[in-house]
Amino acid sequence: MVISKANLSLRLKGIPQPVWQAWWTVLMFGFMYLPIAVLAFYSFNESAISAKWTGFSFKWYSRFFHDERILQALSDSLQVALGSVTIAAFFGTLMAVGLARYRFWGRDIYQNVVYLPLIIPDISIAVATLVFLAAMTVPLSLGTIVASHVVFCLAYVSLAVSTRINSLDSHLEEAAQDLGATPFESFRLVLLPQLYPAIISGCLLAFVCSMDDFLIASFTAGGGINTLPMEIYSRIRTNLTPDLNALSVVLIVTSSLGVLLAEFIRRQSQAKRSRV
Amino acid sequence: MASSPFSNSSKSWSQRLEPFLMLVPAGLWLFLLLILPTLLIFELSLVPGIKPGDLVNPSSLVNYFKIFEPSVLWVILRSIGLSIATTLFCLILGFPVAYWIALLAPKRWQNLLLLGFVLPLWTSSLLRTYAWISILRPTGVLNTLLMILHLPTVDVMNQLPAVLVGMTYSLLPYMVLILYSSLEKIDRRLLEAAADLGAPPKDVFVNITVPQALPGIAAGVLLVFINAIGDFVNPELLGGPSSMTAARLLYSRFLGASPDWGMGSALSALLIMLVTLVIVCLIKYGDKNARAI
Repeated sequence: MVISKANLSLRLKGIPQPVWQAWWTVLMFGFMYLPIAVLAFYSFNESAISAKWTGFSFKWYSRFFHDERILQALSDSLQVALGSVTIAAFFGTLMAVGLARYRFWGRDIYQNVVYLPLIIPDISIAVATLVFLAAMTVPLSLGTIVASHVVFCLAYVSLAVSTRINSLDSHLEEAAQDLGATPFESFRLVLLPQLYPAIISGCLLAFVCSMDDFLIASFTAGGGINTLPMEIYSRIRTNLTPDLNALSVVLIVTSSLGVLLAEFIRRQSQAKRSRV
Repeated sequence: MASSPFSNSSKSWSQRLEPFLMLVPAGLWLFLLLILPTLLIFELSLVPGIKPGDLVNPSSLVNYFKIFEPSVLWVILRSIGLSIATTLFCLILGFPVAYWIALLAPKRWQNLLLLGFVLPLWTSSLLRTYAWISILRPTGVLNTLLMILHLPTVDVMNQLPAVLVGMTYSLLPYMVLILYSSLEKIDRRLLEAAADLGAPPKDVFVNITVPQALPGIAAGVLLVFINAIGDFVNPELLGGPSSMTAARLLYSRFLGASPDWGMGSALSALLIMLVTLVIVCLIKYGDKNARAI
């Protein structure tokens, strides 16, 4: 069904052959991009309601760029994401290095707790955080969203960093310390430069998740705070949606460029490493 | 990554302090905003208060009894059924894709193909769900196309099939990513050797490919199931009132019109226990499998 001798010999010659899996993959690519194509279609369509083409127009884009509420929500979201990712990058890297370096009682528990946010459903975390903040009588604000986003950002950063540390040569650090570097110096000058790619990719993932989070933010946001997903949600609920098409296209283009840039950087650094 | 073995005697106070500086800030953060809140939910689930601010009564299981009322039980069963269906769809739709990219596609395209397939993940999940509303609503893209083709129109919006489509769409990239990373590790020489020795392609697939991909399949199933059971956005926006799920009920018990924090906490605790149970089962199964091989 899957691999025949003929297929194999063709593949060995490097000629791609149209097996049914290839057509299936094309079909699934279509499935993945269909909604995005639909959003793009509507964003340039004169009429927001009709499913048929009624003429080309940029008016939704100009409306979007003058939409104060959406721009305010975008700015709130960016503040939350940048704040929580920065905190998580700093503490998460220290934690991942600490966990790799020291053996102590409860280390395994600590390690598992870090990854808990990836396993427990978001809704349960959101509810728990709300109840806790209410019990401690902490007033909800932008800060409480940041504080609760740091929890899952820590998981992404430390996942990326720990994976990288495990693949590194620990002798380099030991050599540096034998040559007289203090543990802090060997961390800053030897280990950290090797960890940057992992820290960046962990942060990127954490940033995207923070920008995309609706549940935790809506449970921990104070009055007047409105992140982008919260604004999008309330517009979908109230059917005030025409601007959303233009917003989606703008977001998709930006994040695709971001992903491609990250992939480009990764390839560059890989090429550099293989040259050394 | 151990600290230098012979620096023990000459440790300065700053070196002694280092492990604490590294591990305490993040640990404290997680303790305060993850461990304590989760414990609080378990405690609150045993307190039969109806609304926040009610008098705290002695512990009881009243909140858990509320969950086993038929109407709520149906919601939970629907959630589980929906998650199982989503997981199966993702596996069936995703396996050939991961298989083709990992084993059949030209080597230098693999990364790009995979990146392209998961690219929609990097856009807002709410907007992707919104796109499905545009497609599936009665006057949407799907029905317009069907009308042009003179086919009967379908009405799936605000019903379970729409939720299933939305959830499968959201989680398919995760499944493909995980299956890819496990299929890619398969030793191709094994497949080629089996084919050269005359094994029919079906036998190669069943006896060599699938057993080696099993850990990846288990991981993918786990990830998709966990995310499906906690999904709020797709059931809420695509499902309408008829497809209430556990996550939606949980949301409404806290932010809805008639809050009941006690019952909500019990539901949340149950959700966490359910997810833990699934993980433990799969790990047990994985261990047994590892011993068998």
